[in-house]
Amino acid sequence: MTDATKRIDDIVKQNDIVLFMKGTALFPQCGFSSRAIAILDRLGAKYETVDVLQDQEVRAGIKDYSDWPTIPQLYVKGEFVGGSDIMMEMFESGELQQLVGAEA
Amino acid sequence: MPMPASEIERLIRASIPDAEVTIRDLAGDGDHYAARVVSPSFAGLSRIRQHQAVYAALGGRVGGELHALQLETAVPNTETISD
Repeated sequence: MTDATKRIDDIVKQNDIVLFMKGTALFPQCGFSSRAIAILDRLGAKYETVDVLQDQEVRAGIKDYSDWPTIPQLYVKGEFVGGSDIMMEMFESGELQQLVGAEA
Repeated sequence: MPMPASEIERLIRASIPDAEVTIRDLAGDGDHYAARVVSPSFAGLSRIRQHQAVYAALGGRVGGELHALQLETAVPNTETISD
């Protein structure tokens, strides 16, 4: 496990809901990240974000970690859930509410 | 690096021959697309696996050469699929 992978793994395991994104929740730097934040906010979920633009190692490493080529990436309870398209589909079907709601 | 929609469709079909592929150019710049891929081969796969199959078909271009590909995958909605 490389240093970056270990750091990613720690972040994923230590946070119930974490979004790896471009920019911050307040200032997303990409339309897809912005959409992911909008969905999480609509859910009223408490979540952490990691700005991959601030960390090139994490930016590259996260793609290998999940075998997923794009950002944003959502992790819930240590599991990779998907990117913003999957988040939207799951939000529309109610699955995401369930996944996140089972939290509290 | 722009990429024509026809090339995206060709790559997906080359790897998932039974796929029904619909591509929309979102911004008209050849760089932001939405793709809907429907294939019987997705049956029983999670959404993540379905998307990964499409990403694999595009051979590492998504996130690089192809900046944005909004992706939707589905299994054909018919009763005739047998397992």
